[in-house]
Amino acid sequence: MHLSATTSGGFFFLAPWLVFAPILGLFINLIFAKRFKFSENLIGGIASAASGAAFIVSILLAYSLSLQHGEVVRWRLAEWFSIGALSLDWTFRIDSLSATMMLVISGVGTLIHIYAIGYMHEDVRFKHEEGRFARFFIFLNLFLASMLVLVSGDSYLMLFVGWEGVGFCSFLLIGFWFEMDTLARSSWANSNAAKKAFIANRVGDFGFLIASFLIFWNLGHSLQFDHVFEAAKNAPPGVIVAITLFLLLGVAGKSAQIPLYIWLPDAMAGPTPVSALMHAATMVTAGVYLVTRSAPFYNLVPDAQYIVTMVGAVTALFAATIAVGQYDIKKVLAYSTVSQLGFMVAAVGMGAYVAGFFHLIAHAFFKALLFLSAGSVILGLERGHHHAEHDEKPKGKKGKKEEHGHAEHDEHEHVFDPGDMRNMGGMRKTMPVTFWMYLIGALALSGIFPFAGFWSKDEILLDAKLHYPAAYWLLTIAAFFTAFYMGRQIWMVFFGTARTEPARHAQESPKVMTLPLAALAILSVVGGALNLPFEGFHNLGHWLGYTFGEVEALPLNLQVAGVSTLLALIAIGISWLIYGRKPLQTGETDPLKKPLGAIFTGMENKWFVDEGYAALVIKPFDKLSQFLADVVDWRFWHDFVHERVIAGTYNWVSSSALDQYADKKGIDAVANGLATVSQWLSARMRKIQNGFVRSYALSVLLGVVLILGYLIFK
Amino acid sequence: MVSVNYYIILSAILFTIGALGVLIRRNPLIIFMSIELMLNAANLAFVAFGRSFELTQGKPFFTGQIFVFFVIAVAAAEVAVGLALIVEIFKTKNTVNIDEVNSLKG
Repeated sequence: MHLSATTSGGFFFLAPWLVFAPILGLFINLIFAKRFKFSENLIGGIASAASGAAFIVSILLAYSLSLQHGEVVRWRLAEWFSIGALSLDWTFRIDSLSATMMLVISGVGTLIHIYAIGYMHEDVRFKHEEGRFARFFIFLNLFLASMLVLVSGDSYLMLFVGWEGVGFCSFLLIGFWFEMDTLARSSWANSNAAKKAFIANRVGDFGFLIASFLIFWNLGHSLQFDHVFEAAKNAPPGVIVAITLFLLLGVAGKSAQIPLYIWLPDAMAGPTPVSALMHAATMVTAGVYLVTRSAPFYNLVPDAQYIVTMVGAVTALFAATIAVGQYDIKKVLAYSTVSQLGFMVAAVGMGAYVAGFFHLIAHAFFKALLFLSAGSVILGLERGHHHAEHDEKPKGKKGKKEEHGHAEHDEHEHVFDPGDMRNMGGMRKTMPVTFWMYLIGALALSGIFPFAGFWSKDEILLDAKLHYPAAYWLLTIAAFFTAFYMGRQIWMVFFGTARTEPARHAQESPKVMTLPLAALAILSVVGGALNLPFEGFHNLGHWLGYTFGEVEALPLNLQVAGVSTLLALIAIGISWLIYGRKPLQTGETDPLKKPLGAIFTGMENKWFVDEGYAALVIKPFDKLSQFLADVVDWRFWHDFVHERVIAGTYNWVSSSALDQYADKKGIDAVANGLATVSQWLSARMRKIQNGFVRSYALSVLLGVVLILGYLIFK
Repeated sequence: MVSVNYYIILSAILFTIGALGVLIRRNPLIIFMSIELMLNAANLAFVAFGRSFELTQGKPFFTGQIFVFFVIAVAAAEVAVGLALIVEIFKTKNTVNIDEVNSLKG
């Protein structure tokens, strides 16, 4: 059962530090930050250094791996447990797939850690909760550690540990401002969003667990990847189909696919670095990673592959249409993320693992870039808002108390929403750096040559065209929408004139935030070079080929690339016609609303999916719980079973049966009877005790005679 | 040689007379005398059995006779105590009639 750790020198001995480094950072901040009053820069620095250390370890591991031509390395740290037939080790699996994930996670993660130093510095001040700064970085490091466990695990169970860990961190971070809503008003909206994410993920986790159980019982009593993949070759196809479909449920939960994607847009309640790191770049790609890791299963059952592909493709299109009708800058990006995850899932579903992974990496770059830029925009607006307020009221607010009263006062009128695109406009002048970064991210996402998104998306589309025409059309249309909503966003946010006072006074973000943006922007531009569709440039394909075996390396298909680029350009053109040529004015409704009518209302309201869930799942669930609580639990169990049957019987038994009969007529009667008998007996006996010595002597004589008689005649 | 049976019969007669005396008479002195009679009936039986046992064994064997000495000693002691009690009873009750000494009746 034990796999010998094939270690051939290199830096593989560092593998555990992949996880230990973030955990070390976490504990330093957890234990010392408050006690020794660490400055914010020190806290952020420690967390970033921990993340950076993990990144360096990733680089060294990938380098060592490339030296031995990608041959998989298992670094066994310790025995985990051994129960019956199941015995598992804490083993780090380093192959080209996991190494790629490690690089992306720790690399993008480090940049976002650095960015978060600047972001959280202001965020905690806007919310008057400076004590939470350290907590944020502790969570962030914990997430990083969990995510690295997820990708470096050598068995489904270890993967599951990371899988649950990131889900938990997601819950913690979405609910980071748990006592307020996104506009910092006192409410439980954020914690509800966190719960929603957690519950939707639980549904997915259920699928993952069932799949794991099926794997364990049907595929050789093991959960170790190589063992089960080997056993799968001889397993009945029905079992593999069941496993893959239950895994798909897990994927739908974690990677926000239909029907479980609903949590991801709400997850934007978390601070923006969280949205960028977890809900765009890394955590949500865990599902894609899971399908890729389970590739040997999926390759065996084309039907399951087809389902995965279609789920991804439909999600891609569906989410893209919703993104068109959103006004919140982060909500647009959230639905865009769902849509792009759909692209990846579709890609890995059709077996185009390299294309899917290529898109995953590129997406991590440009979506993190977009989210972080959006965070910069939001903070810029927030600064402008405070600036404008100070202008209006020179005395301003000084304490938290006053601010609180002020906020309450505001609720009645209008709370400024720094995330609403209708409150923006013309921000390319006030926030030029952020504008350029955002533009690069948007172009990359839209798939414009030569940005990273162009290459990765076209590879998916090409694979789809060759194998799954239906998915190809869905994805192409989704790509069209992608370009459109990104165009809409750019025009609405950065062009035209400022629609509100805060937008007019928006201020650019500090360097600690813009420098990570710049790094991500560079990666978004040149990321395509990872896997250019030309002979000799399939670097990523070659690299991942170490894990998947020989991969089909497709040359550039001008037709596919041309169609998608053309559609993207047309979409941007249309968005310019609608939003760019005549910029939105203050208070104006979206110009798409009039021509599209009900369709736009649908997009605006997310096709009423949440309402549908509320009606189909939550309401019946509420009803059911109400029924269970009121009728079954209270009336039946409490009132009837407990009160009437058990308590009533007990009362009856104790008062009448036991008290009246058993006690009074049974036990008391015996005791009283004994007393009466002994009284009666003693009244008779005292007659014998007559005080005459001679009668005693007679008794003695008679007794002696009796005994002697007995002894003689017996 | 007189058979042991005769001694035993005599002993039984003496014992019966003594027992009847204890049961019938009310004067404590007479009762004491009756008790002496019963003790001596027993002594007679001891000596008779002792002698007959000695003859069957064919060698001196004084067990029975020795026991008689014990009985005589105990009887003497008992009489001493008993007479003292009678004197005391007479002092408090001015009578020695046994039937009038019954304050321990139930």
